Amino acid sequence: MTQIMRTSKHDRILLAHGGGGQLMDDLIRQHILPGLKNDALNELGDSAKLDLTSGSVCFTTDSYVVKPLFFNGGDIGKLAVCGTVNDLAVAGSKPVALTLSFIIEDGFEIELLDKILASIGETADRIGVNIVTGDTKTVEAGAADRIFINTAGIGIRLPGVELGFEKIVIGDKIIINGTIGDHGMTIISQREEIKFQSQLKSDCAPLADLTCELLANTSGIKFMRDPTRGGLAATLNEIARSTTLSVEIRENDIPIRPAVLAAADMLGFDVLTIANEGKFIVVVSPESADDCLSISRNHPLGKEAKIIGEIVETRDAPLVEIETRIGGKRIVQMPYGRELPRIC
Amino acid sequence: MCLAIPARIVELEQDVAVVDAMGNRYKTKTTLLPEARIGDLVLVHAGFAISLVDEEEAKQTWQLIAEIDQFDDTQNKLSG
Amino acid sequence: MLDRINKAQSDINAACEAIGRQINIMEVCGTHTVSIFRNGIRSILPKNLKLLSGPGCPVCVTDQGYIDVVLQLADRDDCIISTYGDMIRVPGKEGSLETKQAKANVKVVLSSEDALQLARDNPGRTVVFVAVGFETTTPATAVVVKEAAAEAVNNFCILSGHKLVVPAMRTLLSEKNDNINAFLCPGHVSAIIGYGAFAEIVEEFSRPCVVAGFEPVQIIEGLCEICRQLSAGKAELKSMYSAVVTEKGNIAAQKIIDECFEPVDGYWRGVGKIPQSTLKLKDKYGQFDAFERFGISEKPSEEIKGCRCGEVLCGLIEPPECGLFGRSCTPQEPIGPCMVSSEGACAAWFKYGRDK
Repeated sequence: MTQIMRTSKHDRILLAHGGGGQLMDDLIRQHILPGLKNDALNELGDSAKLDLTSGSVCFTTDSYVVKPLFFNGGDIGKLAVCGTVNDLAVAGSKPVALTLSFIIEDGFEIELLDKILASIGETADRIGVNIVTGDTKTVEAGAADRIFINTAGIGIRLPGVELGFEKIVIGDKIIINGTIGDHGMTIISQREEIKFQSQLKSDCAPLADLTCELLANTSGIKFMRDPTRGGLAATLNEIARSTTLSVEIRENDIPIRPAVLAAADMLGFDVLTIANEGKFIVVVSPESADDCLSISRNHPLGKEAKIIGEIVETRDAPLVEIETRIGGKRIVQMPYGRELPRIC
Repeated sequence: MCLAIPARIVELEQDVAVVDAMGNRYKTKTTLLPEARIGDLVLVHAGFAISLVDEEEAKQTWQLIAEIDQFDDTQNKLSG
Repeated sequence: MLDRINKAQSDINAACEAIGRQINIMEVCGTHTVSIFRNGIRSILPKNLKLLSGPGCPVCVTDQGYIDVVLQLADRDDCIISTYGDMIRVPGKEGSLETKQAKANVKVVLSSEDALQLARDNPGRTVVFVAVGFETTTPATAVVVKEAAAEAVNNFCILSGHKLVVPAMRTLLSEKNDNINAFLCPGHVSAIIGYGAFAEIVEEFSRPCVVAGFEPVQIIEGLCEICRQLSAGKAELKSMYSAVVTEKGNIAAQKIIDECFEPVDGYWRGVGKIPQSTLKLKDKYGQFDAFERFGISEKPSEEIKGCRCGEVLCGLIEPPECGLFGRSCTPQEPIGPCMVSSEGACAAWFKYGRDK
């Protein structure tokens, strides 16, 4: 016997919220749309219709499973928007549209969903990017870790911009826009088994504004990437592998907050391998490096920008090497993929 | 086998302490260091304070403690 | 700080030039291994000064038989395994705790206190604490064993893999290991046992023993002191880590170790049997001994063909001299514990530097 569910106030997600029926309709109209504040969505079509000014686009996808859902400096929603936007930004495009998919566990608090939606709406609004279409599915309790988010993003490629590994040559400088390790250490500090009180704050931020400015005003940028999971170590190793050139960086020139370093030291983590969500590296010709630096430093998200190293010739095999604080040299390897706290 | 860092005791009740290093605060036991007092700089390993740290000596050789004022700066609001 | 490093470096160069021949300094602490590599210290030392990584990585010297016991217990639904992160990836005969983690009864803890709390929170299951580490870590285990006894937390037990450093050093030298000229002694083990504990090594074997901390300036000054002694033909005991280490050490910690544990002969991976080198819970606390509780014992491990972890641990070869290094044995697919442990000589060598 079917019952017509009135719009009674549910405080937790039920499996029926993903069922394509009245409850889902209620969820979309009463929670998702108000949270995201996008007129195009209100049409609730099956697909978004986009009028793109250019035929050349960048297209990316990402999934977000971060735990905890809310952390100092952000939440899974803000992360989803920024993460996707940043992938488009470092590819040399201006982000214009995002899709948004949820997979939500039965029993998830709707109040938390509202918070996440508001955060997504706010972040997208501030950046000027539209959430144009989406999807919601519900699963049994235990089948998802509370909530997962998947996105796809489209960006319009900036005219005259060609970025790629193949553009990188010996002598190119490597610039980072600020301190490393903030996001990862903040998340780690709130992990159940490690939890500790701190002033750490995620650097989660949308970078498109800064990357577009850099690309519009300098000519020597060869490549950009945001060092998310795996940190700076992973990104620099990817460059070495793909270019077969080598990388040299200097420990003294890598910006890092003392609190982040102290937290990493306490747990035995190497900060070079810790995730960042508001940082990107630029590989740029030596002639344009200073311009890049001053443009970055004049932007709120690049005040601590620094040249951290350069591309060098390969001796035996492509390597990433760091000159340590004390003038020694050692190799920076690709991280394993899972950093565990140590006591030894 | 000996990952341990210096941290300052900011709370102490019997042998249950909270230590602070650059604003990061950790639960620590002082069972092995009965002479420890609030304000002491101690070496923390696996959740236990195992030794007092001579602050003057430490300033000379520990990069993070060299800026001892920053080390003790916990004025900002704590999270978590 | 850079001034002190530069001065120490220049003194090391001078001393080593005066010595002329090759000198080998062994560090017996995995944390030293990692710090030396991470700071690129080898790259600023003179060519005739070689740093050897000894059996100071408790994960590396833990016998495979011990790990197999842990994995056996992890398979039981009535057990929760609590362990420091260091042990997660160490391979047993079939898999590691990492591969068992999907079962969700393996918990990484930062402190032995967290393990005890797990036991309090899960009265229906037995919590087994994987108690590895040297004297720096042993007191932490002893404290919770005593607490468990006092509170009658009877579902808590430990699998003791705790080891002692000085007996290992003694064994290395007794086997006429002439290639070790001096020891850089572990700073935090010394915080517990006191630097005086190394006096017997100096007296019996005439090797300089210098205690150092883990910051680069502390390590380099430790090496400098050793080189100075060697060039003067001396063999003395000295601590360069007075910020933290005293001659007698932490008496309260020593007392609690002594109250709960007794040394027995132990099998160290790659080194073999070392008398009176492993700690076993005293009978008084026998009920917290997981070996006794479950009626299991460590089976001696099989030799892995081609694995030369033992020789690496004793400083007889450097990692690249092992035929498996970098080929079939890498940090992604480690064969021996020297590669698994983040502070194993092979892992550190692979991660941080392949020259010198």
